[in-house]
Amino acid sequence: MDLYTIIFIFLSVLAIASAIAVITRTNPVYSAIALILNFLAFAGLFLLLNGQFIAILQILVYAGAIMVLFIFVIMLLNLAEEKRLSEKFDYKRLVAVIISVTLFFIISYVFLFKGKPFLQPVQSVYSVNAGKVEAIGKALFELYLIPFEYVSLVLIIGILGAVILAKRKFE
Amino acid sequence: MIPHEYFLVLAALLFTIGVIGVLTRRNAIIVFMSIEIMLNAVNLTFVSFASFLGDSIGYIFVFFVMAVAAAEAAIGLAIIIALFRNKQTVNIDEINILKW
Repeated sequence: MDLYTIIFIFLSVLAIASAIAVITRTNPVYSAIALILNFLAFAGLFLLLNGQFIAILQILVYAGAIMVLFIFVIMLLNLAEEKRLSEKFDYKRLVAVIISVTLFFIISYVFLFKGKPFLQPVQSVYSVNAGKVEAIGKALFELYLIPFEYVSLVLIIGILGAVILAKRKFE
Repeated sequence: MIPHEYFLVLAALLFTIGVIGVLTRRNAIIVFMSIEIMLNAVNLTFVSFASFLGDSIGYIFVFFVMAVAAAEAAIGLAIIIALFRNKQTVNIDEINILKW
């Protein structure tokens, strides 16, 4: 039981617990704070997998920008607490949960028993250099330059769309 | 060290929790948060494969997914704000004008 395993167990339990907290809290502010904790757990998991650039990007973009957006909107709309989730035991919710658990078993079956051809390590098992900024920057600006420019276009369209949709219409 | 499959099953579990959140909750903002959980689970799968196979393309795809998720979150929340201005609710059960 080395330090890697201990940290992995801690981060995975944190991620699962905060994700369950997001979907079960009635107050949306509690859900938002639990989601921030979930994003930090994900950043730690990315760091365990040698994705240094992606871990920092996760904290900057998700926990730093998207969650601020969420909390702004929650505060702006001044939402009341949702009525108790288990007021009436809804059979639709039970069917949804059962279907989702079936989906989980299908996905994990594919990963555990059919994934052997795809999980052959090419070089070393945990190669560190693929996740560093140099490797990602080299590939991003040489081989994948056109998708990179398209992503900047997507972001501009997102900004324009958000401003136009949320603008007050002056009659 | 952790075997490869543990990360993948963890990502599948978190994806399932996101799916349950999308299907179960009635508050539109909580549905959005569950969608973000699902996107993060997919990111974890990509990063796991990128780490196991030693290829940078996994990290780059996560970069693109994060950028598109940010734009989608911005537009989705703007739609919710516009919706709230007209109907004073974010309960998705009450947004049913197009219902047949």
